[in-house]
Amino acid sequence: MEYMGIEPGRIHFSWISSAEATKFVDVVNEVTSTVKALGPRKSFVKTPLTTAKNKAA
Amino acid sequence: MLSYNEKIRHIAKKILAEGKVEIVIGYRRGTLPMINEPCFIKHPEDVTRLIWDRHCGINLTNYLTQRKERIGIIAKGCDSRNIITHIIENKIKREQLVIIGVPCKGMIDRHKIASQFEEEIQKVKEDGDKIVVTGGGIEKIWKLSDVLQENCIICTHRNPVIYDELVAEPVAEQKDVNRYEDIRRIERLSPAEKAEFFDDLLASCIRCYACRNVCPLCYCDTCFVDGSQPQWVGKSQDPTDIRTFHFLRAFHCAGRCTDCGSCERACPMGIKVRTLTKKLEKDCLELFNWEAGIDLEQRPPLTTYNPNDPDDTFR
Ligand code: SF4
Ligand code: SF4
Repeated sequence: MEYMGIEPGRIHFSWISSAEATKFVDVVNEVTSTVKALGPRKSFVKTPLTTAKNKAA
Repeated sequence: MLSYNEKIRHIAKKILAEGKVEIVIGYRRGTLPMINEPCFIKHPEDVTRLIWDRHCGINLTNYLTQRKERIGIIAKGCDSRNIITHIIENKIKREQLVIIGVPCKGMIDRHKIASQFEEEIQKVKEDGDKIVVTGGGIEKIWKLSDVLQENCIICTHRNPVIYDELVAEPVAEQKDVNRYEDIRRIERLSPAEKAEFFDDLLASCIRCYACRNVCPLCYCDTCFVDGSQPQWVGKSQDPTDIRTFHFLRAFHCAGRCTDCGSCERACPMGIKVRTLTKKLEKDCLELFNWEAGIDLEQRPPLTTYNPNDPDDTFR
Protein backbone atom coordinates (compact mmCIF):
# COMPACT_ATOMS: atom_id res chain seq x y z
CA MET A 1 0.00 0.00 0.00
CA GLU A 2 2.85 2.35 0.84
CA TYR A 3 4.38 1.47 -2.51
CA MET A 4 1.43 3.01 -4.31
CA GLY A 5 1.65 6.26 -2.39
CA ILE A 6 -0.38 5.78 0.77
CA GLU A 7 1.52 7.39 3.66
CA PRO A 8 2.94 5.19 6.39
CA GLY A 9 0.62 5.55 9.36
CA ARG A 10 -2.59 5.78 7.38
CA ILE A 11 -3.26 2.09 7.42
CA HIS A 12 -3.05 0.05 10.60
CA PHE A 13 -3.31 -3.65 11.26
CA SER A 14 -3.83 -5.15 14.64
CA TRP A 15 -5.01 -8.34 16.25
CA ILE A 16 -6.94 -7.67 19.43
CA SER A 17 -8.66 -10.26 21.52
CA SER A 18 -12.09 -9.39 22.95
CA ALA A 19 -10.45 -9.58 26.37
CA GLU A 20 -7.86 -6.93 25.56
CA ALA A 21 -9.86 -3.79 26.22
CA THR A 22 -6.85 -1.64 27.08
CA LYS A 23 -5.04 -2.71 23.94
CA PHE A 24 -8.14 -1.83 21.94
CA VAL A 25 -8.25 1.66 23.42
CA ASP A 26 -4.53 2.15 22.83
CA VAL A 27 -4.76 1.09 19.23
CA VAL A 28 -7.80 3.25 18.48
CA ASN A 29 -6.12 6.25 20.07
CA GLU A 30 -2.98 5.64 18.07
CA VAL A 31 -4.88 5.22 14.83
CA THR A 32 -6.88 8.39 15.26
CA SER A 33 -3.90 10.47 16.32
CA THR A 34 -1.60 9.34 13.49
CA VAL A 35 -4.32 9.70 10.88
CA LYS A 36 -5.28 13.13 12.22
CA ALA A 37 -1.66 14.20 12.09
CA LEU A 38 -1.49 13.14 8.44
CA GLY A 39 -4.60 15.18 7.59
CA PRO A 40 -7.12 14.45 4.85
CA ARG A 41 -5.85 12.37 1.98
CA LYS A 42 -5.42 14.27 -1.28
CA SER A 43 -4.75 11.67 -3.93
CA PHE A 44 -6.69 8.49 -4.56
CA VAL A 45 -9.84 10.31 -3.59
CA LYS A 46 -12.76 10.12 -5.96
CA THR A 47 -14.72 13.32 -6.48
CA PRO A 48 -18.38 12.35 -6.27
CA LEU A 49 -20.23 13.33 -9.43
CA THR A 50 -22.77 15.41 -7.51
CA THR A 51 -20.14 17.61 -5.87
CA ALA A 52 -18.32 17.99 -9.18
CA LYS A 53 -21.57 19.13 -10.78
CA ASN A 54 -22.41 21.51 -7.93
CA LYS A 55 -19.00 23.07 -8.28
CA ALA A 56 -19.42 23.51 -12.03
CA ALA A 57 -22.83 25.11 -11.56
CA MET B 1 15.82 -20.26 -31.68
CA LEU B 2 14.37 -20.47 -35.18
CA SER B 3 15.67 -24.01 -35.48
CA TYR B 4 13.25 -25.13 -32.76
CA ASN B 5 10.47 -25.19 -35.35
CA GLU B 6 11.16 -28.62 -36.78
CA LYS B 7 11.60 -30.20 -33.38
CA ILE B 8 8.38 -28.71 -32.03
CA ARG B 9 6.40 -29.93 -35.03
CA HIS B 10 8.00 -33.34 -34.79
CA ILE B 11 7.08 -33.76 -31.12
CA ALA B 12 3.58 -32.37 -31.64
CA LYS B 13 2.96 -34.74 -34.54
CA LYS B 14 4.26 -37.70 -32.57
CA ILE B 15 2.14 -37.17 -29.46
CA LEU B 16 -0.98 -36.47 -31.52
CA ALA B 17 -0.47 -39.51 -33.76
CA GLU B 18 0.25 -41.78 -30.80
CA GLY B 19 -2.94 -40.57 -29.14
CA LYS B 20 -1.07 -39.30 -26.07
CA VAL B 21 -2.89 -36.00 -26.37
CA GLU B 22 -6.05 -34.82 -28.10
CA ILE B 23 -4.86 -31.30 -28.73
CA VAL B 24 -1.60 -29.40 -28.89
CA ILE B 25 -1.53 -25.74 -27.86
CA GLY B 26 1.22 -23.75 -29.53
CA TYR B 27 1.82 -20.60 -31.53
CA ARG B 28 1.03 -19.69 -35.11
CA ARG B 29 1.89 -16.60 -37.09
CA GLY B 30 -0.46 -13.74 -36.35
CA THR B 31 -1.97 -11.37 -38.87
CA LEU B 32 0.33 -8.58 -37.72
CA PRO B 33 4.10 -8.77 -37.36
CA MET B 34 5.43 -9.42 -33.85
CA ILE B 35 2.11 -10.78 -32.59
CA ASN B 36 1.96 -14.54 -32.77
CA GLU B 37 -1.32 -16.11 -31.87
CA PRO B 38 -2.20 -19.13 -29.81
CA CYS B 39 -3.00 -22.10 -31.99
CA PHE B 40 -4.90 -25.29 -31.21
CA ILE B 41 -3.89 -28.33 -33.26
CA LYS B 42 -6.02 -31.45 -33.26
CA HIS B 43 -4.75 -33.37 -36.27
CA PRO B 44 -1.16 -34.54 -36.81
CA GLU B 45 -1.17 -33.23 -40.39
CA ASP B 46 -1.78 -29.68 -39.15
CA VAL B 47 1.40 -29.36 -37.11
CA THR B 48 3.06 -27.31 -39.84
CA ARG B 49 0.99 -24.39 -38.63
CA LEU B 50 3.03 -24.35 -35.43
CA ILE B 51 5.87 -21.89 -35.35
CA TRP B 52 8.50 -20.69 -32.94
CA ASP B 53 10.36 -17.41 -33.04
CA ARG B 54 11.04 -14.36 -30.89
CA HIS B 55 7.39 -13.28 -30.88
CA CYS B 56 5.94 -16.09 -28.80
CA GLY B 57 5.59 -13.94 -25.70
CA ILE B 58 1.99 -14.80 -24.86
CA ASN B 59 1.67 -17.22 -21.96
CA LEU B 60 -0.19 -20.30 -23.19
CA THR B 61 -1.02 -21.50 -19.69
CA ASN B 62 -3.97 -19.14 -19.98
CA TYR B 63 -5.63 -21.67 -22.30
CA LEU B 64 -5.36 -24.62 -19.92
CA THR B 65 -7.83 -23.47 -17.31
CA GLN B 66 -10.32 -26.18 -16.47
CA ARG B 67 -9.86 -28.10 -19.71
CA LYS B 68 -10.82 -31.72 -19.60
CA GLU B 69 -8.89 -33.28 -22.47
CA ARG B 70 -5.29 -34.45 -22.62
CA ILE B 71 -3.20 -31.58 -23.87
CA GLY B 72 0.23 -31.03 -25.32
CA ILE B 73 1.45 -27.54 -24.53
CA ILE B 74 4.47 -25.54 -25.55
CA ALA B 75 6.14 -23.90 -22.58
CA LYS B 76 8.96 -21.43 -22.14
CA GLY B 77 10.56 -21.08 -18.70
CA CYS B 78 7.95 -18.61 -17.45
CA ASP B 79 5.04 -20.54 -18.98
CA SER B 80 6.20 -23.72 -17.27
CA ARG B 81 6.14 -21.88 -13.94
CA ASN B 82 2.57 -20.78 -14.57
CA ILE B 83 1.68 -24.37 -15.46
CA ILE B 84 2.97 -25.39 -12.02
CA THR B 85 0.88 -22.65 -10.43
CA HIS B 86 -2.13 -23.88 -12.40
CA ILE B 87 -1.59 -27.45 -11.18
CA ILE B 88 -1.19 -26.27 -7.56
CA GLU B 89 -4.40 -24.26 -7.87
CA ASN B 90 -6.28 -27.27 -9.30
CA LYS B 91 -6.96 -25.64 -12.64
CA ILE B 92 -5.48 -28.54 -14.59
CA LYS B 93 -4.08 -31.97 -13.71
CA ARG B 94 -0.45 -32.88 -14.30
CA GLU B 95 -1.54 -36.22 -15.83
CA GLN B 96 -3.48 -34.38 -18.54
CA LEU B 97 -0.41 -32.62 -19.84
CA VAL B 98 2.47 -33.37 -22.12
CA ILE B 99 4.66 -30.32 -21.64
CA ILE B 100 6.88 -29.49 -24.59
CA GLY B 101 9.57 -27.41 -22.94
CA VAL B 102 11.37 -24.71 -24.87
CA PRO B 103 14.61 -23.23 -23.51
CA CYS B 104 14.14 -19.53 -24.17
CA LYS B 105 16.52 -16.68 -24.88
CA GLY B 106 14.04 -13.89 -24.60
CA MET B 107 11.16 -12.45 -26.56
CA ILE B 108 11.10 -9.25 -28.55
CA ASP B 109 9.32 -6.27 -27.04
CA ARG B 110 6.90 -5.13 -29.72
CA HIS B 111 6.32 -1.84 -27.89
CA LYS B 112 10.02 -0.97 -27.96
CA ILE B 113 10.24 -1.53 -31.71
CA ALA B 114 6.94 0.10 -32.61
CA SER B 115 7.78 3.22 -30.60
CA GLN B 116 11.04 3.67 -32.51
CA PHE B 117 9.69 2.98 -35.99
CA GLU B 118 7.77 5.76 -37.69
CA GLU B 119 6.21 3.78 -40.54
CA GLU B 120 3.84 0.84 -40.47
CA ILE B 121 5.88 -2.24 -39.70
CA GLN B 122 5.57 -4.86 -42.40
CA LYS B 123 8.30 -7.34 -41.63
CA VAL B 124 10.48 -8.20 -38.66
CA LYS B 125 13.31 -10.63 -39.25
CA GLU B 126 15.81 -12.19 -36.88
CA ASP B 127 19.32 -12.30 -38.26
CA GLY B 128 21.91 -13.61 -35.82
CA ASP B 129 22.02 -11.13 -32.95
CA LYS B 130 20.27 -8.47 -35.04
CA ILE B 131 16.65 -7.64 -35.68
CA VAL B 132 15.80 -6.21 -39.07
CA VAL B 133 12.55 -4.28 -39.31
CA THR B 134 11.13 -3.11 -42.63
CA GLY B 135 8.03 -1.16 -43.60
CA GLY B 136 6.96 1.91 -45.53
CA GLY B 137 10.13 1.82 -47.61
CA ILE B 138 12.53 2.05 -44.69
CA GLU B 139 14.66 -0.49 -42.90
CA LYS B 140 15.98 -0.32 -39.37
CA ILE B 141 18.33 -2.67 -37.59
CA TRP B 142 18.52 -3.19 -33.83
CA LYS B 143 20.75 -5.25 -31.65
CA LEU B 144 18.58 -8.06 -30.34
CA SER B 145 19.58 -7.36 -26.75
CA ASP B 146 18.30 -3.79 -27.08
CA VAL B 147 14.76 -4.79 -28.01
CA LEU B 148 14.05 -7.71 -25.70
CA GLN B 149 11.10 -7.58 -23.31
CA GLU B 150 12.03 -6.07 -19.95
CA ASN B 151 11.05 -9.21 -18.07
CA CYS B 152 13.22 -11.34 -20.39
CA ILE B 153 16.25 -9.13 -19.76
CA ILE B 154 16.05 -9.89 -16.04
CA CYS B 155 14.79 -13.49 -16.38
CA THR B 156 16.47 -16.14 -14.23
CA HIS B 157 14.35 -19.09 -15.35
CA ARG B 158 14.77 -19.35 -19.07
CA ASN B 159 14.60 -23.12 -19.03
CA PRO B 160 11.31 -24.85 -18.33
CA VAL B 161 11.17 -26.06 -14.72
CA ILE B 162 8.77 -28.86 -15.64
CA TYR B 163 8.54 -30.68 -18.97
CA ASP B 164 8.06 -34.03 -20.66
CA GLU B 165 9.92 -33.23 -23.86
CA LEU B 166 12.59 -30.63 -24.35
CA VAL B 167 13.08 -29.23 -27.86
CA ALA B 168 16.75 -28.33 -27.33
CA GLU B 169 19.61 -28.40 -24.86
CA PRO B 170 18.96 -26.09 -21.89
CA VAL B 171 20.32 -22.57 -22.35
CA ALA B 172 22.61 -20.95 -19.78
CA GLU B 173 20.66 -19.19 -17.03
CA GLN B 174 21.45 -15.52 -16.48
CA LYS B 175 23.39 -14.93 -13.28
CA ASP B 176 23.83 -11.81 -11.13
CA VAL B 177 20.75 -10.18 -12.56
CA ASN B 178 19.66 -6.98 -10.87
CA ARG B 179 15.98 -7.86 -10.92
CA TYR B 180 14.46 -5.08 -8.85
CA GLU B 181 16.33 -1.88 -9.62
CA ASP B 182 13.21 -0.15 -10.99
CA ILE B 183 11.10 -1.19 -8.03
CA ARG B 184 13.69 0.05 -5.51
CA ARG B 185 13.75 3.39 -7.29
CA ILE B 186 10.00 3.75 -6.72
CA GLU B 187 10.26 2.56 -3.13
CA ARG B 188 12.66 5.43 -2.41
CA LEU B 189 10.15 8.09 -3.53
CA SER B 190 8.08 10.03 -1.00
CA PRO B 191 4.37 9.10 -0.66
CA ALA B 192 3.32 12.11 -2.73
CA GLU B 193 5.86 11.28 -5.45
CA LYS B 194 4.70 7.69 -5.48
CA ALA B 195 1.08 8.73 -5.92
CA GLU B 196 2.12 10.99 -8.77
CA PHE B 197 4.24 8.26 -10.34
CA PHE B 198 1.29 5.87 -10.48
CA ASP B 199 -1.00 8.63 -11.73
CA ASP B 200 1.34 9.05 -14.67
CA LEU B 201 1.91 5.35 -15.16
CA LEU B 202 -1.79 4.55 -15.44
CA ALA B 203 -3.04 7.78 -17.01
CA SER B 204 -3.47 6.32 -20.47
CA CYS B 205 -5.26 3.13 -19.38
CA ILE B 206 -8.46 2.62 -21.37
CA ARG B 207 -9.64 -0.25 -19.16
CA CYS B 208 -9.78 -2.69 -22.01
CA TYR B 209 -8.72 -5.43 -19.57
CA ALA B 210 -6.36 -7.02 -22.09
CA CYS B 211 -3.79 -7.28 -19.30
CA ARG B 212 -6.22 -9.27 -17.22
CA ASN B 213 -7.54 -11.41 -20.06
CA VAL B 214 -4.09 -12.49 -21.12
CA CYS B 215 -2.93 -13.37 -17.62
CA PRO B 216 -3.04 -17.06 -16.72
CA LEU B 217 -3.71 -16.14 -13.10
CA CYS B 218 -6.89 -14.23 -13.93
CA TYR B 219 -9.22 -17.15 -14.43
CA CYS B 220 -12.12 -16.32 -12.07
CA ASP B 221 -15.55 -16.87 -13.64
CA THR B 222 -16.59 -13.39 -12.60
CA CYS B 223 -13.71 -10.98 -12.15
CA PHE B 224 -14.14 -8.35 -9.43
CA VAL B 225 -14.04 -5.64 -12.10
CA ASP B 226 -16.99 -7.15 -13.95
CA GLY B 227 -19.30 -7.84 -11.02
CA SER B 228 -22.08 -5.36 -10.37
CA GLN B 229 -23.74 -6.85 -7.29
CA PRO B 230 -21.82 -5.94 -5.27
CA GLN B 231 -19.81 -3.55 -7.35
CA TRP B 232 -16.29 -3.75 -5.96
CA VAL B 233 -14.79 -1.08 -8.16
CA GLY B 234 -16.21 1.80 -10.16
CA LYS B 235 -16.46 1.25 -13.89
CA SER B 236 -15.54 4.74 -14.98
CA GLN B 237 -12.39 6.26 -16.37
CA ASP B 238 -11.95 8.19 -13.13
CA PRO B 239 -8.28 7.87 -12.14
CA THR B 240 -9.31 6.45 -8.78
CA ASP B 241 -11.29 3.68 -10.44
CA ILE B 242 -8.44 2.92 -12.82
CA ARG B 243 -5.97 2.74 -9.96
CA THR B 244 -8.27 0.60 -7.86
CA PHE B 245 -8.56 -1.87 -10.70
CA HIS B 246 -4.79 -2.08 -11.16
CA PHE B 247 -3.85 -2.26 -7.50
CA LEU B 248 -6.44 -4.92 -6.75
CA ARG B 249 -5.51 -6.98 -9.75
CA ALA B 250 -1.88 -6.87 -8.69
CA PHE B 251 -2.81 -8.04 -5.19
CA HIS B 252 -4.73 -10.95 -6.67
CA CYS B 253 -1.54 -12.01 -8.38
CA ALA B 254 0.61 -11.84 -5.23
CA GLY B 255 2.70 -14.95 -4.73
CA ARG B 256 1.48 -16.32 -8.04
CA CYS B 257 2.88 -13.99 -10.69
CA THR B 258 5.89 -15.39 -12.53
CA ASP B 259 6.72 -12.11 -14.25
CA CYS B 260 6.02 -13.72 -17.62
CA GLY B 261 5.35 -10.25 -19.05
CA SER B 262 2.21 -11.20 -20.97
CA CYS B 263 0.20 -8.39 -19.38
CA GLU B 264 2.68 -5.74 -20.42
CA ARG B 265 3.00 -7.24 -23.88
CA ALA B 266 -0.76 -7.26 -24.41
CA CYS B 267 -1.45 -3.69 -23.30
CA PRO B 268 -2.43 -1.63 -26.36
CA MET B 269 -1.33 1.55 -24.58
CA GLY B 270 2.13 0.28 -23.69
CA ILE B 271 1.55 0.67 -19.95
CA LYS B 272 4.19 -0.96 -17.78
CA VAL B 273 1.73 -3.06 -15.82
CA ARG B 274 4.47 -5.18 -14.31
CA THR B 275 5.54 -2.24 -12.15
CA LEU B 276 2.78 -3.35 -9.77
CA THR B 277 2.97 -7.13 -9.95
CA LYS B 278 6.74 -7.09 -9.72
CA LYS B 279 6.69 -5.24 -6.41
CA LEU B 280 4.63 -8.07 -4.93
CA GLU B 281 6.85 -10.63 -6.57
CA LYS B 282 9.84 -8.92 -4.92
CA ASP B 283 8.08 -8.82 -1.54
CA CYS B 284 7.28 -12.53 -1.77
CA LEU B 285 10.91 -13.27 -2.44
CA GLU B 286 12.24 -11.03 0.31
CA LEU B 287 9.65 -11.82 2.99
CA PHE B 288 8.90 -15.47 2.30
CA ASN B 289 11.83 -16.54 0.13
CA TRP B 290 9.20 -17.54 -2.42
CA GLU B 291 9.33 -17.71 -6.18
CA ALA B 292 6.08 -18.76 -7.83
CA GLY B 293 5.86 -21.90 -9.92
CA ILE B 294 9.10 -23.62 -9.05
CA ASP B 295 7.97 -26.57 -6.99
CA LEU B 296 4.81 -28.68 -7.29
CA GLU B 297 5.02 -29.78 -3.65
CA GLN B 298 5.40 -26.44 -1.90
CA ARG B 299 2.35 -24.43 -0.84
CA PRO B 300 2.27 -20.75 -1.86
CA PRO B 301 3.03 -18.33 1.00
CA LEU B 302 -0.43 -16.78 1.07
CA THR B 303 -2.06 -20.15 1.70
CA THR B 304 0.17 -21.22 4.55
CA TYR B 305 0.92 -20.06 8.05
CA ASN B 306 4.36 -20.19 9.55
CA PRO B 307 5.08 -18.95 13.08
CA ASN B 308 8.17 -17.25 11.67
CA ASP B 309 6.23 -15.24 9.10
CA PRO B 310 7.23 -11.58 9.28
CA ASP B 311 4.58 -9.52 11.09
CA ASP B 312 6.11 -6.04 11.39
CA THR B 313 2.94 -4.43 10.10
CA PHE B 314 0.86 -5.94 12.92
CA ARG B 315 0.60 -4.50 16.35
S1 SF4 C 1 0.43 -10.58 -13.85
FE1 SF4 C 1 1.42 -10.33 -15.88
S2 SF4 C 1 3.53 -11.09 -15.56
FE2 SF4 C 1 2.29 -11.86 -13.83
S3 SF4 C 1 1.60 -13.92 -14.49
FE3 SF4 C 1 -0.02 -12.43 -15.07
S4 SF4 C 1 0.44 -11.87 -17.22
FE4 SF4 C 1 2.31 -12.83 -16.33
S1 SF4 D 1 -4.20 -3.74 -21.09
FE1 SF4 D 1 -3.42 -1.64 -20.71
S2 SF4 D 1 -5.09 -0.23 -21.32
FE2 SF4 D 1 -5.97 -2.29 -21.12
S3 SF4 D 1 -6.76 -2.36 -19.00
FE3 SF4 D 1 -4.65 -3.22 -18.95
S4 SF4 D 1 -3.31 -1.47 -18.50
FE4 SF4 D 1 -5.31 -0.63 -19.12
